[in-house]
Amino acid sequence: MAYTKRFDGRKTDELRETSAKVGVVPNADGSAIFQQGDTIAIAAVYGPKILHPKNQQNPEKGVLRVHYNMLSFSVGERIKPGVSRRSQEISKVTEWALAPVVMLEELPGTVIDVHINILQANAGTRCAGINAAAMALAHAGVPMKEMISAVAIGQMGTTIVSDVTKEEEDYEEDGEKAATDIPIAMLSNSEKITLLQLDGQLPVKKMKEVLEAGRDACKKLHEIQKNALKEYK
Amino acid sequence: MTEKKEKREIVIPGEIIASEEFLPGDWTMKQGKNIISTRLGIVEKSDKLVKVIPLSGVYIPRYGNVVIGEVKDITTAGWVVDVKGPYQAFLPLRECPGFVEVSEMENVYGIGDLLVTKIFNVGRTSVDLTMKSRDRSLNKIREGTIVTVNPHRVPRVIGKEGSMITLIKNATKTNITVGQNGLIWVSGEKVESELAAKKIIEFIVENTTADGLTEKVEKFIKDLEDKK
Amino acid sequence: MTYKITKKSALKILAAGKRFDSRGMFENRNIEVKFGVSNKAEGSVMVKMGNTQVACGIKMGVSTPYTDHENEGTMMTSMELLPLASPNFEYGQPSIESVESARIIDRGIRESGFIDFKKLCIKEGEKVWSIFVDIAVINDDGNLIDAGSLAALLALLTARKPVYDEKTEKISFGEFTDDALPLNKDKMPVTMTFFKVDDHMLVDPTREEEDVCDGRLTVEISKPGKEEIINAMQKGGEATFSVEEVENIVNEGTKIFKKLNSLIETEVEKFEKEGKKKSKK
Repeated sequence: MAYTKRFDGRKTDELRETSAKVGVVPNADGSAIFQQGDTIAIAAVYGPKILHPKNQQNPEKGVLRVHYNMLSFSVGERIKPGVSRRSQEISKVTEWALAPVVMLEELPGTVIDVHINILQANAGTRCAGINAAAMALAHAGVPMKEMISAVAIGQMGTTIVSDVTKEEEDYEEDGEKAATDIPIAMLSNSEKITLLQLDGQLPVKKMKEVLEAGRDACKKLHEIQKNALKEYK
Repeated sequence: MTEKKEKREIVIPGEIIASEEFLPGDWTMKQGKNIISTRLGIVEKSDKLVKVIPLSGVYIPRYGNVVIGEVKDITTAGWVVDVKGPYQAFLPLRECPGFVEVSEMENVYGIGDLLVTKIFNVGRTSVDLTMKSRDRSLNKIREGTIVTVNPHRVPRVIGKEGSMITLIKNATKTNITVGQNGLIWVSGEKVESELAAKKIIEFIVENTTADGLTEKVEKFIKDLEDKK
Repeated sequence: MTYKITKKSALKILAAGKRFDSRGMFENRNIEVKFGVSNKAEGSVMVKMGNTQVACGIKMGVSTPYTDHENEGTMMTSMELLPLASPNFEYGQPSIESVESARIIDRGIRESGFIDFKKLCIKEGEKVWSIFVDIAVINDDGNLIDAGSLAALLALLTARKPVYDEKTEKISFGEFTDDALPLNKDKMPVTMTFFKVDDHMLVDPTREEEDVCDGRLTVEISKPGKEEIINAMQKGGEATFSVEEVENIVNEGTKIFKKLNSLIETEVEKFEKEGKKKSKK
């Protein structure tokens, strides 16, 4: 049984219904909400601001700090509030996904705090988080060379699909896990990859197809981010 | 298509805004054969130069700006002041008018005091302030209300040659000092008039993109007065 | 943080019995309610009070009961002051502010008998339902206890139990039944915090106003019969209250109770109507 029809009826390269909005947290210097299907991420940026204590300052360039957090009620079984090993790792890879385009060298000695909270989770939370964070950074007036968009590409059996759901993440063939999850973040102009992770089993020769699907999806996501930012008043 | 002339389009970071025939100005950069924006803002092109005027973000200190800052700390060399930018600002003892003994510093400007002050030097990661002015416009704030606004909206609050500020002052019978960093000091005989001025300022900030802003503000003021 | 001179102005105006944004002393800001902010939660809501914004989600689980209440379900309330919501909130151990707020909200719900804990028993002494009431602050502009409590009530009232298989003793998360929680709606406790500045009282302060207040008195009132009942109280801050002041607060409290009670009723009705529309499709 090959995965020819997606569980939710989408075409293989079709994204879930996506929406975005900036300016959702009035206290923050920049903020955005990003919804990808049933996954909702909200991001707020504080800064660039003075970094305390002083010994953590970098006189060469600014510091970008990302804090990713899933709200306790964003998933099926409640998660205990607070930092987990998983959220620590995602915070770090998100930081690395965003940092290459943030012109930190223009902001020596400062810090930019990015807080990402997941309100509702149905796979691809780190990607929705990156999409929201990139918009929040732009909204906060942080100088950036390009925008960043992210998507989870999946391999279901042998089929490559874009923007996987939780149901697809758990896809099985003959009683065995047959899904591979590949979150990708890509820059809007240079199309360089700033986040790449993989869990599962992907034949080497398939990598090209995966990256092309990622590029195609990120282009569409970038349009959504762009339109929402342009509505800023 | 005539609309386009009026409505200036917002650009986002990474967006191509001109070809390489232009020179990249503020908040733009060359990327391959194009010039791109590095901020969320509005494009301004002159003969050969293209620049982006940012719409959002924290205050970036500039030489000569009059700002309002809060005293955070006192050292023997001067006062540490928060002017809302990405860097701590410093007011050296010698930039305080008159002679001040180190032991008296706290009484001159104490922690938590707000100052109308001027930026006289911007370094790589530092900002220096002065309180010396010919017209004595730089001073400690003793009473009033502070309204905090997006610093990029400050020019609209001031208006052409200060027309908007004059309008608010006259309508509310208050004194208003606008810091370029987005802190606005309003003082009046009564707190009520300060709060009325605050409301008008907030209305302006929310409607900066509206056409005929002055008329809208005049109407808003009239409605406020009628409510009384 | 509110500036020193703004505090002085705020103090002046509040001490004259007036508000910073020209509201009445016992007048709430505009309240906006949006249900279903997380479809993973058994019940969820976003509540806006002016610029204060809080989300609340109800999650359920199955656990063993406490030995002194073998036939009763359990409840836990938490409140997170997310650093997203304010430059003054930080990561790390929950602050005393968040712990105290959650405990106050928890007590009102528990003491009023709003939740029928006995009906949350699956097998006496072995298996009971546990309810987690998790409140997350999204933007702080004052009065977080009342906003959090209102969100908690709305989320509880609209929560639906998940599917539970008694044989396998497992919950199928994400699959919901039509069963609401066992609530005694007539016993619903509404939380109102009265802030004191000088000799004046006010409700629903903005952050600027709250920062100049000397203290607060939280009252949680329900009306199970003809009479209003106080289910929980908490004095916070260093202010002192006279006997007359407390009496006055309780009396004003019954008036605000009425308003908020009918707001909750209207919102829950709207939610249920929309739910019926959806299920008909």
